[in-house]
Amino acid sequence: MSWTAWLSQILAIVLALALAPLLMGWINQCRAWLQGRRAPGIGQPYRLLHKLFHKESVIAEAASPFFRAAPYVVFGCMALACGIVPTLSTELPLSPAADAIALVGLFAVARVFISLAAMDSGTAFGSLGARREMFIGFLAEPALLAVFFTASLISQSTALTSIVENLAHKEFAIYPSLAFAGIAFCCVSFAENARVPVDNPATHLELTMIHEALILEYSGRHLALIEWAAALKLFAYSCLGIALFCPWGIAEAEDPLALLVALPALFGKMAAGGAVLALIETLSAKMRIFRVPEFLATAFLLAVIGMLVHFLLGV
Amino acid sequence: MDFDGLIPQLLNLFASAMLILAFAMLSQRRILRLIHLFTLQGLSVVGATLVVAWVTGQHHLYFSAALTLLLKAILIPWLLHKLIDRLNVRWDIETLLNIPTMMLVGIVLVIIAFNLAGPISQLSGSIARGTLGIALACVLLSFMMMITRAKAIPQVIGFLAMENALFFAATAATYGMPMVVELGIALDVLVGILILGVFMFQIREQFDSLDIRHLEKLKED
Repeated sequence: MSWTAWLSQILAIVLALALAPLLMGWINQCRAWLQGRRAPGIGQPYRLLHKLFHKESVIAEAASPFFRAAPYVVFGCMALACGIVPTLSTELPLSPAADAIALVGLFAVARVFISLAAMDSGTAFGSLGARREMFIGFLAEPALLAVFFTASLISQSTALTSIVENLAHKEFAIYPSLAFAGIAFCCVSFAENARVPVDNPATHLELTMIHEALILEYSGRHLALIEWAAALKLFAYSCLGIALFCPWGIAEAEDPLALLVALPALFGKMAAGGAVLALIETLSAKMRIFRVPEFLATAFLLAVIGMLVHFLLGV
Repeated sequence: MDFDGLIPQLLNLFASAMLILAFAMLSQRRILRLIHLFTLQGLSVVGATLVVAWVTGQHHLYFSAALTLLLKAILIPWLLHKLIDRLNVRWDIETLLNIPTMMLVGIVLVIIAFNLAGPISQLSGSIARGTLGIALACVLLSFMMMITRAKAIPQVIGFLAMENALFFAATAATYGMPMVVELGIALDVLVGILILGVFMFQIREQFDSLDIRHLEKLKED
């Protein structure tokens, strides 16, 4: 393994850690613009993290050590996920550690830990949030797997790096199966990242909140880690979407200079993706929680149809 | 860019759009949106027919594309709009099964249709033979939509969607039917929609509702 590979690997993780709050800030900025409000500034998530890291962390008396450990586990999972997903280059020394299926498992580990920690302190909101989180998670997971299967069928591999390399090198063609998978992936990422059609990230209304209910008991550095992990998760999902559905411009093996092209390409795609996400969030209303199964069933259906269409048409 | 290679792929795109629209219609709760989806489905049939006509050089397919555009993308949607305005039913539709279940049953239907179409499309020499499975799946899905809806208008739309899918199947498998047959079917559909429209008014006058379950007890008590 050459030094360029390790360089791109380290760069990918550092970039994810540094840029994930910026993506959050950019989305909030776009939302504020679209809704005619004044935005808090693109660096607001950094200021929030800075503030939280300097605050004392208060922990409930009844909480077990598990409650303390969960934020670190969740943060670790998300950081590793950002290391596996090809963001800048497809030559990643860590990528043999986990393929697309293991990546879904990694997200599931984080979900299980945060849900258990929410129930650990014994508050009503915590267990309510945990139940909702698992409810959405178990519906979103098969859809996400089906999306990955579609991409794997096209490129004959489940390793993320070879999927991306394969898709980036194919000559230009219309892939209806990938289009289906892309829409399904968008639905799943809304659900998994607690964005608007499924959950409103800006609300603390007890009847509707999902993600916020899970982390009500956390404060100080634990809350900071969880917020950062949420930003990392959004970043990882955006990178996955970019890598699977518009991989052009990503750097290949043995070419350190290509990183210079890949970086602005990633920035551009990320900014466009964030703006589109903000637009969708502004245009749509949050759905009732019992409509979520329908939404995710549609996502699963689209992903499965993508697979079937691939078998039928061969593209 | 390889332009010639892209055109048959465009056909796959239109076929996939039809499939997705069939599912969208299956899961749609509002009549107005159902009509919009039906219009879109008509437009994708037109697109697919134009692509087949362009690739194979069959000129009569241009006429049938124009006929489809006029009838299924303009005239029938307009009639349906008129109809729901008159009947004053723009919003909700009752479904007999819940929607996620219908989606899952729909997937099963698609698998069945794809398996059924596999051996048939081996026999056909047309460029669009791969899409026969999709056309068959659309027929089955529209059929299921007719079965699972309680109200009259969604059933009529299901019937029209099925006709769309059959037309697409004919185009895909054998480059379309003879012109006389096509004209006949087009007129039949048009007359059918007019008669069904009259029927709907009658049903509502009789039962104060468009729910066709009332038709099951026509006997005097």
